[in-house]
Amino acid sequence: MQKKKPNILEHELVPKHEILSPEEAAELLRKLKVNPAQLPWITIDDPVVKAIGAKPGDIIKIIRKSPTAGEFIAYRYVVVDTLQPRKKEA
Amino acid sequence: MSKNKIHSIKQIDRILEEKLRGRASALVYNETREKVIEKYKEKGLTVEELEKIIEETINRYEKSLVEPGEAVGTVAAQSIGEPSTQMTLRTFHYAGVREFNVTLGLPRLIEIVDARKKPGTPIMEIPLIDEYKYSEEKAKEVARKIESTTIENVSKEINVDPYEGAVIILDPEMLSDKGVKVEDVISILEKLRLGKVYVDPEDPYTVHIELRPEKVDYTKIEKIRTKIANAKIKGIKGITKVIIQKRGDEYVLVAEGSNLAEVMKVPGVDYRRIYTNNIAEIEAILGIEAARAAIIREIKEVLEDQGLDVDIRHIMILADIMTWTGRIRQVGRMGIAGEKPSVLARATFEMTVQKLVEAATEGAIDPLLGVTENVIIGQQVPLGTGIVEIYMTPYTPKEEEEEDIEAVIEKSR
Repeated sequence: MQKKKPNILEHELVPKHEILSPEEAAELLRKLKVNPAQLPWITIDDPVVKAIGAKPGDIIKIIRKSPTAGEFIAYRYVVVDTLQPRKKEA
Repeated sequence: MSKNKIHSIKQIDRILEEKLRGRASALVYNETREKVIEKYKEKGLTVEELEKIIEETINRYEKSLVEPGEAVGTVAAQSIGEPSTQMTLRTFHYAGVREFNVTLGLPRLIEIVDARKKPGTPIMEIPLIDEYKYSEEKAKEVARKIESTTIENVSKEINVDPYEGAVIILDPEMLSDKGVKVEDVISILEKLRLGKVYVDPEDPYTVHIELRPEKVDYTKIEKIRTKIANAKIKGIKGITKVIIQKRGDEYVLVAEGSNLAEVMKVPGVDYRRIYTNNIAEIEAILGIEAARAAIIREIKEVLEDQGLDVDIRHIMILADIMTWTGRIRQVGRMGIAGEKPSVLARATFEMTVQKLVEAATEGAIDPLLGVTENVIIGQQVPLGTGIVEIYMTPYTPKEEEEEDIEAVIEKSR
């Protein structure tokens, strides 16, 4: 019997998310020659962002399992998305 | 066999360094090295074998590369679009499970790409944890907890009459099948606060409700009936039916309806592997990355089911674009196509006149960076070789340098 609340980070569909330190983030942006907003986004109300405690402006490193590349590293920029607020679901 | 055997890891490194370094990315290089060494330790390798491995690696690597300026989005759109014209238009299809109807084929693909909030036929796959998954009995136990049972499910008749009140005739067979007692039904009915609830003195399976006078309203009779019929006795809201399937040596529950948040909490359910075809729900509960994975999985399943072979990378780019903003965006006027930065590109897609009028009233500027807008005005498009631009810095040689050159010329004389 599981007593704990289900931890979504353990779910098979959820890849590993890591918060980059400011130094790592700066290095990444320099390497990719982009500004943060050009990265894909992840919203602050995303369940995974809440679970790992990321803040707006952080860059999250996502280690996905990929059928073509084995492991693929993607990055997402944490944003406060006010354009499409998440609807409360019953 | 034993000709040219490799003697040491150093030798492998030397050959790799010579033949692979610089021809494939560092990631590929390291992975190849790791795997080769692993195999070498296991079985040994000959120089010829290693060379073949390297050759194949380079081959595959080069095949997988995309050149800068390649129109990957357009190619993906065509690669998914063309096969989908061959898909069946029929919505309903039996997918291995006789009990369920599942939307498949083109209608399902449209559902995914349109980012519908709820699929036409929500289905959940619920694997169980180790203690439960090998026993049918235990699987049934969990299934009972999940399947929602309403008063209607266990009754033969529900009649509401303004004079006699509500009469509910229960079905003893259904009661035992669902594991519900008459007392359970009564306590649920009492919670509805419609009036006094009592069992018929002559028939233990008939329940009466004496409607309170203020509830007796001719216009509301049907509402009261629906309220009674839909009162939930137990289970999880939204899940209408659960069946048990045997997959390999484990039992898996398949549920009609979807409620990810609640089902995850049920003891016995392996929440790490639970799956639903409701992508919006996955996004809300597991996050955007899980939604991306689910989009890929769903589209892949739809295409494979129809016997269509589409490279997974096309589907991956579609899922990437759909989840780019951190929310699932629909592919269409309200989503991806509607949010393009260029006025002309937006106008090309749908509602041309409205879009142009909107742009004119707000004095929009089109920087002409995309493909569509450049096609419209007849310019070279930024694709392939067209993506390269020449940057020229007008430069006038300074006087000093001119002198220098003269000095050099003089010297050479």
